[in-house]
Amino acid sequence: MEDPLIIGDKKFSSRFILGSGKFSLDMTSKVMETSGAEIATIAIRRANQNGEGNILDYIPENLVLLPNTSGARTADEALRLGRLARELGCGEFIKVEVIRDSKYLFPDNYETIKATKLLYDEGFIPMVYMMPDLNVAKDLEKSGAEAVMPLAAPIGSNKGLLTKNFIKILVDEINVPIIVDAGIGSPSQACEAMEMGVDAIMANTAIATANNIVQMAKAFKLAIEAGRYAYLAGLGRVLNLKSQASSPLTGFLK
Amino acid sequence: MESNILNKVQTDLRNFNPDVYTKIDVENTLLKESLDIDDFATLLSPVAEDFIEEMAYRSKIETSNQFGNSISLFTPLYISNYCENSCIYCGFNLQNKIQRGSLSFEEIEEELIAISKTGLQDILLLTGESKSTSLEYIGGAVKLASKYFNLIGLEIYPVDVEDYKFLHFCGADYVCTYQETYNKDQYLKCHLNGPKSNYEYRFNSQERAIKGGVRKVAFGSLFGLGDFRADAFATGLHGHYIQQKYPQSEISFSFLRLRPFIHQNLKYGTDVSERQLLQLILAQRLFTPFADITISTREDSQFRDGVVGIGVNRMSAGVSVGVGGYAEDLKGDEQFEIQDTRSVKEIKNFLYKKGFQPVFNNYIYL
Repeated sequence: MEDPLIIGDKKFSSRFILGSGKFSLDMTSKVMETSGAEIATIAIRRANQNGEGNILDYIPENLVLLPNTSGARTADEALRLGRLARELGCGEFIKVEVIRDSKYLFPDNYETIKATKLLYDEGFIPMVYMMPDLNVAKDLEKSGAEAVMPLAAPIGSNKGLLTKNFIKILVDEINVPIIVDAGIGSPSQACEAMEMGVDAIMANTAIATANNIVQMAKAFKLAIEAGRYAYLAGLGRVLNLKSQASSPLTGFLK
Repeated sequence: MESNILNKVQTDLRNFNPDVYTKIDVENTLLKESLDIDDFATLLSPVAEDFIEEMAYRSKIETSNQFGNSISLFTPLYISNYCENSCIYCGFNLQNKIQRGSLSFEEIEEELIAISKTGLQDILLLTGESKSTSLEYIGGAVKLASKYFNLIGLEIYPVDVEDYKFLHFCGADYVCTYQETYNKDQYLKCHLNGPKSNYEYRFNSQERAIKGGVRKVAFGSLFGLGDFRADAFATGLHGHYIQQKYPQSEISFSFLRLRPFIHQNLKYGTDVSERQLLQLILAQRLFTPFADITISTREDSQFRDGVVGIGVNRMSAGVSVGVGGYAEDLKGDEQFEIQDTRSVKEIKNFLYKKGFQPVFNNYIYL
């Protein structure tokens, strides 16, 4: 069954986007391979060009790079990071992150919309990290976002789908792919998000902080696939509606 | 400059009584998801010392969630040890007869080149406080450093907003100003003469640096000068309030104890044990999981290796605390005795062996 994830003009068969931070660089290729991911995010600010420990030297060549603009506090800084990513040969995909809060690292939705527009206008394919809000998601679509990436919980918190109901609204209302990013702590949570109809999952900390990173990457891969299959199959009767009234409500019909 | 942060910290400090907490308070605090100011005080209490293993366990998880297995590496470069201050605990103090020196720009560049060959990308430039280390001199050194390093920190005397703006323009990324002790009476006893005797001006440094555009500010006390629990409490709150007021700023804490220095005659201060120092580090990590925590080379390698990853996420490597000393022989004497004399390579090897990822750069200026 062909069921590609389409972002911009690219087709992907994996729905798992893997972050490359928070674990040892020399494990990168093994983790990426096991996860089946076709897209890997990298923090441009961590790139150490021509220096030691440059993340770009560790990502397998067959993966699509998704450089992020972490470290950007304004739309303008995000644009400049995007340009640097392009110079470094990272391609056109850019994960837009604009954050001006060093404690919780919440995305700044206002600046994020501006950054998306600026990057789109320069030919980038923006995939946008955001706090799930319908109005903002619509504005992002209008500004050129090719994917909207709502957070499930504070980044690095592994708390799971705290914003589930709001993400569901985006799933129902937004036309570009919805990719849950940040906060997913376990494969079951990733599966739950996929069952609900989100298009892909982005995770990092949950894998990076596992006892066995490679095995956890595999577990996420399987959970995401299971969730996708469940969504496509159409969930059965799991709605927890109250039992039927003892006398029929429609008994008055002739 | 108007700021209410000094008042807030002083008020909290007056109300700080670490002796009121019980074991049950500590147990309850350790079950909480996020810690408030009273919880922070609880974890700094003498009673909490008995919970150091439990604190370490949770601190390790918080550190890992925040930073994964990354440990940032940097090294300090002392460019001058001339000083007009009389800080009784410091080897650079005016009365101390040591060999003084400042590096010329040529010498600074040689040192920078030597350090950059180790692979480090983060350098902390330090000076004493003296007319010979003018703002222009420091600015010039920062500009030179930015040719070879991505991240340049400053640990210099406090300056005005405009001056921080100038230094940031030259390439300074972060600024460290340690209050040494937050107890004002004790502070005045330790800083007898010279510009450093202005407690308030020093206290407000971080705020001025942020207004000058600096991205990250660091806080610290020299534990042992005053009541170390109170100083740890005030240091943590100082950073906490700054981050609340300037949420875009990154905050960093350094953990330092009194160290011996040349010609010292210590008649002051209290001993802070390793166990107590560790308690302060862990309490800080649990109170501010997102903050940088740096461990000094004042501590020995066994302690430093132990705290990496269970609270600390940043450490110096290949350190010389005399003036110069990386490319050429020392041009001036050391500020204090270092305990961990390992090279950058040795520190890196240790980190790799323990499963950590050394990080050389985590920010890019464009």
